[in-house]
Amino acid sequence: MSSESSRPRRHRSAHATLSAHGEPWVWITAGSLALTIVMIVGLLAFIAVRGAATFWPVPLELVQLADGRRVLGEVTQQEPAVAARGEAAARPARRLMRSGDFAATGTHSEWIDDAAIVGTSRPEWATVVERMEGGRLHGFPKRLLHGAELVAEGPPAVWEAFTREHPAARRRVHEIRRIDKVERGSLQRELRASRLAVVRAGLDFGAGSAQQAAAAEAAERVAARVAAEERELDERTSALRDQNAGWAVEFETASGGTTTVPLDGVVRGWQPNRLSPAGRLRLYASRWAEFLADDPREANSAGGVFPAIWGTVVMTLMMALLVAPFGVLAALYLREYASRGPVTTAVRVAINNLAGVPSIVYGAFGLGFFCYGLGAGIDELFFEASLVADGQPTFGTGGLLWASLTLALLTLPVVIVATEEALSAVPNSMREGSYACGAGKWQTIRRIVLPRALPGIMTGLILAMARGAGEVAPLMLVGVKKLALDLPVDGTFPFVHPEREFMHLAYLIYDVGFQSPDSQAARPMVFTITFLLVAIIALLNVAAIGIRARLRRRYVVQQF
Amino acid sequence: MQVADDTKRAETAGGAADAPPTDRLLAVAAGREVDAEVHEAVLQEPPVLEVDRFNLWYGAKQALHRITMPIPLNKVTALVGPSGCGKSTLLRSVNRLNDLVQSVRITGDMRLNGDSIYDPRMDVIDLRKRMGMVFQKPNPFPMSIYENVVYSLRIDGERNRGVLDEVCEASLRGAALWDEVKDRLQDSALGLSGGQQQRLCIARAIAAEPEVLLLDEPCSALDPIATGKVEDLIQELRGRYSVLIVTHNMQQASRTSDYTAFMYLGRLIEYGPTPDIFTKPVLRETESYVTGRFG
Repeated sequence: MSSESSRPRRHRSAHATLSAHGEPWVWITAGSLALTIVMIVGLLAFIAVRGAATFWPVPLELVQLADGRRVLGEVTQQEPAVAARGEAAARPARRLMRSGDFAATGTHSEWIDDAAIVGTSRPEWATVVERMEGGRLHGFPKRLLHGAELVAEGPPAVWEAFTREHPAARRRVHEIRRIDKVERGSLQRELRASRLAVVRAGLDFGAGSAQQAAAAEAAERVAARVAAEERELDERTSALRDQNAGWAVEFETASGGTTTVPLDGVVRGWQPNRLSPAGRLRLYASRWAEFLADDPREANSAGGVFPAIWGTVVMTLMMALLVAPFGVLAALYLREYASRGPVTTAVRVAINNLAGVPSIVYGAFGLGFFCYGLGAGIDELFFEASLVADGQPTFGTGGLLWASLTLALLTLPVVIVATEEALSAVPNSMREGSYACGAGKWQTIRRIVLPRALPGIMTGLILAMARGAGEVAPLMLVGVKKLALDLPVDGTFPFVHPEREFMHLAYLIYDVGFQSPDSQAARPMVFTITFLLVAIIALLNVAAIGIRARLRRRYVVQQF
Repeated sequence: MQVADDTKRAETAGGAADAPPTDRLLAVAAGREVDAEVHEAVLQEPPVLEVDRFNLWYGAKQALHRITMPIPLNKVTALVGPSGCGKSTLLRSVNRLNDLVQSVRITGDMRLNGDSIYDPRMDVIDLRKRMGMVFQKPNPFPMSIYENVVYSLRIDGERNRGVLDEVCEASLRGAALWDEVKDRLQDSALGLSGGQQQRLCIARAIAAEPEVLLLDEPCSALDPIATGKVEDLIQELRGRYSVLIVTHNMQQASRTSDYTAFMYLGRLIEYGPTPDIFTKPVLRETESYVTGRFG
């Protein structure tokens, strides 16, 4: 304090109050921002860490219990002891083990008190087997059989034989699946088309007409050809199946039993306790690859989510394509053409209010208006045969088109408001300059106002996409399904199938997380899917922001 | 309110001057109509544009009072006067930009080479194509330099590359900008400096071979060097184009124009050859304004 007089003093007037200097406000505002950042970063980091950890191979522990039981599994959770407090009883330290022996124990995971454990070990040959059906299996490789012949016995020999034979067996499984899905699928479509042609001929020309007879004859020819080709396919698939038949691996489980798994029913197997770091990485990468590129298995709790990724991306892009022209045109009329007055104000207020309507209401509207109204009308006009033949609506039910339209409606206010802002930010001097050159109103809008407002319009679209991609409630009503393996965009003519139902990542989160029979096993999947959804939305946004930056450089930057 | 303020200012200004020159201005401020002092020399020139008893109201407020003035062909005519005297309004009435303002009402007429501008049958888009206009703040369009210059041809649907190239070069040369931008015609016009942007706007205005060129304080947003270049350019345009320029800068008016009109509170006060207005005006009011004693 004594040095204060020697230093140059800060001159602070006696009247300068705290609020005039405003330091507390700097602290409060900065604190709020910091809190927000911590929450956002924390949430994202949590999702990323948990989501990325799902596929990392965790060691298997063999636990010997005091009552003589043995459990082999991954420790997924550990809880410290809880002391008795009031009414609540004390609880010893315990751990949750994912046991992977459902056939014997009837449970996927169990809590084990630490006190009941006699000893734990990490046996070298403890193996995790991902099966096509029946979930995971934890055990020790015992024998590899080919029919009655014993190919190998003892873990090292069995595993060596397994790694030799397994890839070929899997290749045959994939080939069978491809034949069923692609070749058989196209035959079935052909057959259905010919049957529908008969029904359509009956509707158009009357039952028993010459045209219907001709169509029926053609349908019979098609049916005969399809039957012949199907027989051929059957031969091919049964040949493949025969090659796989007989091959089986026996595993000894921790409870002492033996479980036999057909070789082609094993998706992959690994010994987490003897994996090298490189092996761990390879396994991790291969599980991610399956997750990103394959169809789901076992009620969506295993396998991949490719159809859901595809559905999410296609639907979001389609929504953006639908909402952009509508929103921009509406905003153009409101800002550039409509005269200012109470009506315009009322319309503007109404649009802002639309943004606050709960999204499920849009879903109900979409179901009632698009699916049951428009869709049923389209079906009656163009797909009557299908409706009559097998009572199947084409457009009269939920589908990609209706879902995109519903979300477009939902995000329309965002786009209109953002576009209006962008239009009003275009300097009037530019419009006047254009008029002074003899341009008409539309020429001015098209050549001057719109290009200049494009970056702002893009901002609106980005907001709309972020909102639309994360929306679940309305989608459940207008076309998202738990399982829909026929992609809305694929290689069969006409390549885009806007009437098809589709899968969506956000809905998958709900489905896997809350509708799954094995919730403990599904939980890591939920994190991974969430991580993926956030990453996809971020990616779409980054792309849109990149486009916006380019537009801004081109049309807006003004330097002196 | 505006009128009252101006009245007060006129009174104090008049009171402070050594030779009170403000009889006519006081009359105007009091709302009386006065006759404009138009020199004989102006009337002998062939006119390109005739303003004929032109009145204009913004809502209830009258902004222009019975303006009658011929604008001589191929000469530079400057409009001077204190802020709010209606110079810009008059200029924007010539190409009917005021049509965009909802509450505007006019009486009287203007004639461009004999064609009535406010004739209901006159197509306002055709009319604007016969004029070029440059604004206070440079307003290049968000497109390339080339496309800025040929904008008025583009909106007419001109696609012939040869024609466009020729017009672009001629206009940029006419605006003394060609040498500075000829190597980057496809670059964004927004990357030019303020002075270059304003000359680009002039190039854009003369690209359509306008019958009259309207400049609304073209140098007010520019630094002295850029201002000098634009003034030199106006000197070069003299004799080839009929130019009507609004300016606040007395030196600029005296340097660049052939004729000068002094306006006050929406009235034309005096109008004559620039040397006469600046050295021997008929009215003392004009003298006191151009010498900076009030305004």
